[in-house]
This record gives sequence, structure tokens and C-alpha cells, in this order.
Amino acid sequence: MDLSNYLLLRQEMSLLVVFLILMIYDLFAGEKGKKGFHLIACTLWGLHTICGFLFPVSGSSFAGMYVNNDVETIVKNILNIGVFIIFLQSYGWLKKSDTIFKRGEFFMLVLLTLFGMYMMISARNFILFFIGLETASLPIASLVAFDKYTHHSAEAGAKFILTAVFSSVIMLFGLSMLYGNCGTLYFEDIATTIIAPSAIVILALTFVLTGLFFKLSLVPFHLWTADVYEGAPTNVTSYLSTISKGAAVYALMVILYRVFGNLFFEWNAMLWWIILITITIGNIFAIRQNNFKRFLAFSSISQAGYIILSVFIGTAQGMGATIYYILVYVVSNLAAFGVANAIETQTGKINISDYNGLYKTNPNLSIILMLAMFSLGGIPPTAGFFSKFFVFTAVAEQQEYLLLFIALLNTVISLYYYLLVVKAIFINPNETPIEKLTTDNYTKVSFAICLIGIFAIGFASCIYEYLNGVSFGL
Amino acid sequence: MNNIPLEAYLIVSTIMFFVGVYGFLARRNLLTILMSLELMLNAVDMNFAVFNRILFPGQLDGFFFTLFIIGISAAETALAIAIIIDIYRNVKNIFVDDINKMKY
Repeated sequence: MDLSNYLLLRQEMSLLVVFLILMIYDLFAGEKGKKGFHLIACTLWGLHTICGFLFPVSGSSFAGMYVNNDVETIVKNILNIGVFIIFLQSYGWLKKSDTIFKRGEFFMLVLLTLFGMYMMISARNFILFFIGLETASLPIASLVAFDKYTHHSAEAGAKFILTAVFSSVIMLFGLSMLYGNCGTLYFEDIATTIIAPSAIVILALTFVLTGLFFKLSLVPFHLWTADVYEGAPTNVTSYLSTISKGAAVYALMVILYRVFGNLFFEWNAMLWWIILITITIGNIFAIRQNNFKRFLAFSSISQAGYIILSVFIGTAQGMGATIYYILVYVVSNLAAFGVANAIETQTGKINISDYNGLYKTNPNLSIILMLAMFSLGGIPPTAGFFSKFFVFTAVAEQQEYLLLFIALLNTVISLYYYLLVVKAIFINPNETPIEKLTTDNYTKVSFAICLIGIFAIGFASCIYEYLNGVSFGL
Repeated sequence: MNNIPLEAYLIVSTIMFFVGVYGFLARRNLLTILMSLELMLNAVDMNFAVFNRILFPGQLDGFFFTLFIIGISAAETALAIAIIIDIYRNVKNIFVDDINKMKY
């Protein structure tokens, strides 16, 4: 057995080290030692994130099952940054008396799911991919049901676990047909076997994609999303809607290009319709939401549609735009969730109508939320504009003008509802606005990171050029 | 054993799979929904094992995948039952009609 195989799994190893240290610390530190738990966890995770940037490796190991190249490393780094922000934001929630005794579990479950996502991103064999996918989705179910004494959380947990398992079974059924057709589970070998579309291969493609679309919550497989997002604790919701979605997008991209590359016209036709209804229905349903978490759920459905739009065209430029979009989406969505979380932990208010007149009492939070909304909607000085711009350029180069037109039309609709939130904060009068809140230092750091992200990612062109360079010819 | 054609296995596994889909969509009790999911998983297991045994007897990929699916489905069942017990503590029954606090 060649142990040098494991050298490639640097990020995974480092994650497991952080996991073990935290677990042992959580088990054996006394009541006094636990005071520093959050600080230690955040520091360790910050170190892990920095190490991910400093020591990149590329190559493949375990007989080609596991691959880690520049683009995989960068996707993992994006996820690391997102998880770092979520850890920082979770301080206020984990400090509450009904969650403080299980805060170690939160970190451990998040790290385990992240490990699964790493595997999912790097897998080049369907066995490893499936195990990664399940490792990434099963612990999330227990995270969703984390507040076990509230009915909403339990209900969301049940909805999540049943749909997650249902979707992976559908995907497995497709995989079994693919295996029967090709006799192998390696991505490359399957791709060389599928040359022309036959009935069973198209059936397998449909089943596999359906399973992945469930994970990504694209319409018409989105029905679980809003309920789960509303019921889960806000930190878990932000984890679900950014990190887990980003990993799933990358996995979908790899499967589409690496496995079904020869069936480009078949999946292209499928994705055309999926994108059309995802963007439209996500937007239309977002307008009528009052609960802020449900609102962000539908907004994330339509954002997922935009991300898939850049996957769908299948050019090198589209791949760069996808990863760039994921990065921008992670920072701007986490800024919005951070504000919602800060307000919810201290006052318990989560409806948009509660935010009326927020600017009078909490100007800082209001401005952060406004910038997040601008970035999600795509208003120029923020990074959200650039990410949308690159996606649309890539689409226009492939002459998909009808889809481009519909997507642009939907951007206008999405601006309407994002600005509704901004209007509620700044303009709507309110007799009893939310009182003045003091956010803890962890949350302040997370906001700083998000704001730097929202501005710097757009203007620092080196980031886009780097992403475009590494993801070329994925 | 070898007299049974591949199609016969596939018909059985496909019927099992879609009975599971029907059960998942039509049943009202969370435990029966979970049983339907298990039925679907077993249909997939059977597919893998049969393809490996009859079409590709020289390799073991399908059998390995079957073993992994069995292991993961056990983990998934344990987790799902834990969540169902949690729901039972909250609403005192496990019918899907009663877990509808969040809608639209």
C-alpha cells in the first residue's frame, strides 16, 4: 500500500485534525475550559482555511478515484471561507441556554458534512461520489432538526431527510442503469463508453440529474426548500443555502462534463427548460413571502437557476463564471443571513414587516443588509453585478438569446423584491421598530469579511482571471 | 440460477422501485414512507448485484456498491427514525397531515 496517496488528501486530513481536536476538547474540557471553545474552533478553522491557500497540490490517487487539481482546491477554499463566516456568525445563537450544551455537536456535524462535500468535489468514481454525497447530506438532517424542542425544526428535519434520501435513491437507480450499460463506475471510462445516445443512457441521465436537481433545489424539485429553510435554525439555513449548494453545483458540473460530455445536446435541452422555470418560479414566489428566511429560500432557488445558466452553456468561459458566481453568492448571501441571524437571536423577529424602520435604530445592520441585497440583485458597485455580467456574457456568446432575455427580465423582477426589503428598512414607517442591538465581535468580523468580499471580489480583476484560468477545460 | 434471464430480475427490481415511489407519495405515516424508501433502496441493490453477476462476472464494482448502499441506508434509517421520534414527542403522532405547520 502506497501511503503517498494520502499526501494528496491534504485538506481532508487537516479538516479531520481540526475535527478530532475539537471533539476531544469538547469531551474533556471542564465547564471553565468550554468558555474558550468558540474562539479555539474559529482560530483552528481560520488556520485550516489559510493552509488551504498556502499548500496547493494537484494529482490523482487511489487508482484515479480521487482527483485534486487547482480548480478543486479553489472550490474547497471557497467553501472553507463560507464555513468560517458561518462559524463566526453562530456565536450568538450557540450562546443561548438551550443550545450551549450541544455547541460542540454543531461544529462537528458541520465539519463532517464539509468532509463529505470535499469527497463529492474530488470524486472521479461513482462509489466515492455517492459516499461523499450521503456524508454531506445525512448530518445536515440532524443539523436541521437541531432545535429539537421546537416543532418547526423537527418538521423541517423530517422533510429534509425524506426528500434527501428519496433523491439519492432516484440518483442511484440511474447509476445502476449506467453501470449495467457501461460496466464501470469511473467517470472517464463511462464517458468513453457512452458515444451515441441510446434509450437506457438517456433514462440513466434523467434519473441521475433528477437526483442532483433535488439537492440543488431547482424547480420542479424545489418543494422541500422553503419549508426546510424556514424551520431550520438560521445558521444551519445559511449553511444549507450557500455551502451545500456550492458543492452540489460543482459536482453537477463535473458529472455533466466528465460523464455525460458526449450527450451535450440531450442535457442541454433538459437544462434549458429547468433554468427557465427555476428562475421564473423562484422569483415569482419570492415576491409574496413575508418571512425573511422563506424569502431568502426562494431567492436562493432563483440564484441557483443563474448558476446553472452558466453551467448549461458548457464553454470554458461559463465554467469560470460558475465558480466566480458561487464565490460571490456565498459572501453576499452570508451577509444577508448574518443580519437576519443577529436580529433573530436577540429579538426573535424574522418577518420582513418587522424590519420596518430598522435604519432608525440599527444603521450599521441596515447598511450591511442593503449591500447584501444589492449584491444579490446585481447592482453595479457590488460583486453581484460582475458575477451576473460574466454569466450573461458567456450565455450571449453561445447565441442563446431567448434564454438570456428571460434571465434578464427575471433580474428586473428580482430587483423589485430585493428592493422591497431595502424599502422596508429605510422608508416604511414603524411605531415600534426593533430596538438597538449590539452585535458580538465574532459577528462583526464576519460582516467585515462579507463586506470586503462584496466589494473586493468585483473590483479585483485578478480573482476572476485566476478563477477563469484554473477552471479552463475543467 | 443461470436459467433465470436478466430481464426477469430487472422486471422485479423495477416493480419494487416504483412500488416504493408510489408508497413514498401516497402513504400518510412517516414510518411507512421510510419503509417505501427502503424498498426503493433494495431495488437499486438488486439492480447492481444482478448487473454485476450476469453482465460483468469478472469484476466486483457492483457488489461493492451494493454493500456501501446497505451500510448507508442503515445510517439513514437510524437518523430518520430519530427525527420521527422527535416529531412524535412534539405532536404525539407521526402522520404527515399533522406536520404541516409550514406551507407555501
